[in-house]
Amino acid sequence: MSDFPLHLIPLLPLVAAALNLAIGRKLPRDASSLLAVGSVAASLLISVVAFSRMAGGEGAVQPLHETWYTWIATSSFKIDAAFVMDALSGVMTLIVTGVGLLIHIYSIGYMSHERDYARYFGYLNLFMGSMLILVLGDNLVASFVGWEGVGVCSYLLIGFWYDKEYNAYAGRKAFVVNRIGDFGFLLGIFLLLTAVGTVNFGELEGKRTLLSAPLWGKNVAFWGGLLLFVGATGKSAQLPLYVWLPDAMAGPTPVSALIHAATMVTAGVYMVVRLHIFYAFGPSLGLAPHLGGAVMIVGCATAFWAASMAFAQTDIKKVLAYSTISQLGFMFVGAAGAVPSSGIFHLMTHAFFKAGLFLGAGSVMHAMSDRTDILEMGGLRKKVPITHACFLLYTLAIAGCPGFSGFFSKDAILGSAAGVDQVLPAWHHFGLATSLVLLAVAAMTSFYMFRLYFLVFSGESRADKHVAAHIHESPPVMTVPLAVLALLSVVGGLVGTPWHDLLGEFLGAPPEVSIPWQNMLGGTAAFAAGLLGAYLCYAGGVRAPVQRFAKGLPWLYDLVKNKYYVDELYDTIIVRPTKLVAHGFADVFDKFLIDSVLVGGLARLVDGIGYLVRRVQNGDVQRYLATMVIGAAVLIWLAARPPADFAVEVQGTTVTVVAAGTGRGVPRRLRYCWRIDGADKCESERPRDSLRITPGRHKITLRVWDADWGTSASRSLEVHGS
Amino acid sequence: MIPVSNFLYLAAILFAIGLSAVLLRRNALIVLMGVELMLNAANLTLLAFARAHHDLRGHAIAFLVIATAAAEAAVGLAIVVGIFRTRHTANIDEVTLMKH
Repeated sequence: MSDFPLHLIPLLPLVAAALNLAIGRKLPRDASSLLAVGSVAASLLISVVAFSRMAGGEGAVQPLHETWYTWIATSSFKIDAAFVMDALSGVMTLIVTGVGLLIHIYSIGYMSHERDYARYFGYLNLFMGSMLILVLGDNLVASFVGWEGVGVCSYLLIGFWYDKEYNAYAGRKAFVVNRIGDFGFLLGIFLLLTAVGTVNFGELEGKRTLLSAPLWGKNVAFWGGLLLFVGATGKSAQLPLYVWLPDAMAGPTPVSALIHAATMVTAGVYMVVRLHIFYAFGPSLGLAPHLGGAVMIVGCATAFWAASMAFAQTDIKKVLAYSTISQLGFMFVGAAGAVPSSGIFHLMTHAFFKAGLFLGAGSVMHAMSDRTDILEMGGLRKKVPITHACFLLYTLAIAGCPGFSGFFSKDAILGSAAGVDQVLPAWHHFGLATSLVLLAVAAMTSFYMFRLYFLVFSGESRADKHVAAHIHESPPVMTVPLAVLALLSVVGGLVGTPWHDLLGEFLGAPPEVSIPWQNMLGGTAAFAAGLLGAYLCYAGGVRAPVQRFAKGLPWLYDLVKNKYYVDELYDTIIVRPTKLVAHGFADVFDKFLIDSVLVGGLARLVDGIGYLVRRVQNGDVQRYLATMVIGAAVLIWLAARPPADFAVEVQGTTVTVVAAGTGRGVPRRLRYCWRIDGADKCESERPRDSLRITPGRHKITLRVWDADWGTSASRSLEVHGS
Repeated sequence: MIPVSNFLYLAAILFAIGLSAVLLRRNALIVLMGVELMLNAANLTLLAFARAHHDLRGHAIAFLVIATAAAEAAVGLAIVVGIFRTRHTANIDEVTLMKH
């Protein structure tokens, strides 16, 4: 516990975002970027101070915790706007702010020709703030604020060039698909609040009995974790909700690097590791091992699925997008496996090299006049030497070249998957099977990444003359971040080597699992196989074997190139029916009921009345006067006519009306209706002002009306005839 | 002695003539004359009741009405003459400049 002002870490970028979005247009461009970069740098500085205070002490890690204020307090639960920096969120914060800072700096150069400079940096800062809230929040609800925030920023930044139809569509698609996942996440929060009464990460770990209470055939942890994982599949682009990420490449390239490779998409992995008591295996660790198995299967399937789709992509960013999805699958397997820290390890190294790959791709596009088709590139090795050198290092890292960061982290993930068999022997080599699939995917990764590398950089230029004439290296403001990321990609793996798993120990990896050494041989073999294959097929351009393959199996080539027609499938079974229903509702309720009947109908009613009434107001004073005279005459008539009041007198058995018709001294012709004892018929309807009754009590209802003046009165009376 | 009701009948007839002149005629002078007739019908009513009740307040009000009517006739005729000079008509249907 400590009173370190952790809230400053997300707050500074948020303030900068507010300034840039509110008054950015009036600021000079340098001020916008300085504000944005400075706020992130300050966040990074505070994070480093906090991190060193948390980890620097003697002995165990001392988590920092800050309760900023109580946000929601009810009788059954309490939710604080609180932040926590422990080992996990500390590492995440450093990754987010560190990589984020590099990308902010890179953006200064990349976006230098952009008109909406301040808006771009405002969104970027808003994203940083949201992501830091997500990471630092000490409960699910606080994290959910960031969780939604990054989704919004993703939407805003994908559709940054909103005047292009496709970009706006891609932004909407990302937002809607994310929302589907977020709905699951929200349900998970509700379930946990209802069943456990807390969503605080620290407290959840202490509620093992409540979490393992049976619910719907499984336990609370299973269903809660499953719903939260639905959110994770949306945010981290896993099967079946991955479809938004490839389209997200419509945004500016640094955004792809920051949001769709390095940070936002890792939120799901972070969540799985954070709640590893839900997902982890082993009786002493996890509460719902089946859920962990499901996460591993989803991750494994996604890794394979996306890697196979990367084979036939020709857009440099799309290849990287599918690669990201595939690598995220790796992370999920690692996070749910026996060593959750391996997921975070790969998350970190992936953040370095994938951010670098995207920024490198941005630099390539910068050189190629914004062309993205790798079939039109080639021969860039000599033209953009710095970008090329960095790109090669990133490629080696992601492909798993021994000694590079990706090698160690992928190794850790394979170990985490294989380790499942050690803690859960009953599952018949489930872990081994998973890790073998991942090994195959690692070879595929190596293949498609080197395919990309060879097509872009090796051989001769295939670009047209205008583009080729303009090829140039990027300015230092872009190449320096590339170099820093390249350095990190190379050495980043050293924090988690199998000899000394620093990161794993720091994050508290379970000691009972040991990673077999043979994994490293497998990883190396996969890397080599992929490299060899790519060299044979693509070195210096598309070679004969590939063309033979594409001609020999055209259906397979088309299937992969068209991404297995998943988008079309979703479009047919989900999007179109939804749109159809929406259009139906729009036509019936909105257009007909509301527009035509309620709003339009009211307007037409007023219009119609107005049409009639305005005939009266025609400007002819004499007609107004006539109306006034008639109205006055009616009013005087009504006020001045004598009322039909009367009194009744009883003498013996005769009831007589007296004092009727005496009004204003005018003789009146009155008519009477006598009803006796509730009879329906008038006993006497003649103009007779008296009635003989039989002796005894009677109830008489007398109605008197005046034919001349149109007035009437009636009264009930009790009479006693004697 | 003539009963009050006869005066009242006469007043009602005068009022009706005046009203119909105001409502139906288009000549501004005739309209003004109709107004005068209605005022005098009211005066006649006041005087009839004043006489029946032996109350001099009715006479006082009648004098007030005569004075007011004289002032109104002066102003009204001046306006009609003014309009006639500028527009060469006393037809109130044609004096519609303020209407639009």
